[in-house]
Amino acid sequence: MSTPDKPDDLGALRRAVADPMSRRRLFAVAGGTGAAATLLAACGGDDDSEMSGGGAATTDTTAAMGDGDALADFGEGDIGILNYALTLEYLEAAFYADVVASGLFKGADLKLIRHFGRDEADHVVALRSTVRDLGAKPAPKPRTEFPLDSAEEVLELAATVENLGAAAYLGQAPRIRNGDVLAAALSIHAVEGRHAAALNTLVGESFVPDGPFAKPADAATVLEAVQPYIA
Amino acid sequence: MHDDSNHETGPAAPELAAIDLRPLSRGGVIAKGALGVAALYGAIAVGPMVRRAFAQNGGGGDVEILNFALTLEYLEAAFYERALDQVELSDEVREFAETIRDDENAHVDALAKTIRDLGGTPAQAPTVAFPFSDEAAFLELAQTLEDTGVSAYDGAAPAIRSKELLATAGAIVQVEARHAARVRLARNAPPAPQAFDPALNQRQVLRAIQPFVQS
Repeated sequence: MSTPDKPDDLGALRRAVADPMSRRRLFAVAGGTGAAATLLAACGGDDDSEMSGGGAATTDTTAAMGDGDALADFGEGDIGILNYALTLEYLEAAFYADVVASGLFKGADLKLIRHFGRDEADHVVALRSTVRDLGAKPAPKPRTEFPLDSAEEVLELAATVENLGAAAYLGQAPRIRNGDVLAAALSIHAVEGRHAAALNTLVGESFVPDGPFAKPADAATVLEAVQPYIA
Repeated sequence: MHDDSNHETGPAAPELAAIDLRPLSRGGVIAKGALGVAALYGAIAVGPMVRRAFAQNGGGGDVEILNFALTLEYLEAAFYERALDQVELSDEVREFAETIRDDENAHVDALAKTIRDLGGTPAQAPTVAFPFSDEAAFLELAQTLEDTGVSAYDGAAPAIRSKELLATAGAIVQVEARHAARVRLARNAPPAPQAFDPALNQRQVLRAIQPFVQS
């Protein structure tokens, strides 16, 4: 059972990624990370019928359109989106660095993880430069901490994070105003999709868990889901 | 942002000079590019892909882009359908090939419907031919098609005007990227060869797929 003090890490992430109704209700009722935190913690397990507020039926494609509030701390417009993406990339890069250092993997799996880690590090560099080029201050590198108990659990966490990352980019794409920023975001988005598919395959899950059309995730949901890993 | 300029309009493609495409709307540039490519490959007759590119029915530029995507999806769907029919595949490969085939069919249906909803006319399925031999050849070609598809969507998407359509294109391109990764894994190729997936313009995409399109 999840509480604000002892978050059920994988549980929150899995709910965010796996359950579109949960995401939709969360966004419709919450409207901000503070309320979202309380709501998610209060709900705990998988029984979504306990969530109050009813589902305002936002369509998946426009679910993230109200994200201005959730991203307010990151900056306005495209800067906010870029800094949000940068924060997620910092998280992913740090995760893979920790995993490589853990010694849990060797051979082909280790090679894959190193490769993905390099991709995320490259994303960090690109997003930082883009924010600076636009005359704004890049988001700081967060302090992070990840559970690294076993190879299997780590791969599952990696898969979950990558699927969430891909959904995060997809959720923001329609909100981006500048064409060049959009092109960059789409380029990175595709790579996160590749990562997600590869990791899903390694842990025996579907490479296309959402079917023919990937589902977007809004910023409030994503930020809530990764909060447990920010130290 | 989105480069459709055709640099091959010299003596190799004299028929282009006879067509006045000024002012060069996006549709004009796309058509000019396709004609240039067709001329390079010796196909003088204008195929359905190019006819569609001229069509400016409702939705304007977005319909053209969707029709371009639809043409690629037809190609991919036909590719997997034929491979499943003609090539001896391992259980593992057959299973994901069926999943991908189903996805591409869903993309075809969704794009065609969206184009009709916008008042446009969906492109016809092109006649296609693939050099199938064995599973290895199939996987190699699948990788090329999926990687090209990702690059095609990423190249075209920034020009989409409607935010809703952009969201749909994004939902599709992520799945194509997932397909590409799955196919690559099966070939022991890196699932994400580059940190940034490249974007291709429509001329480049047409050149990549032209060998398989018989118009």
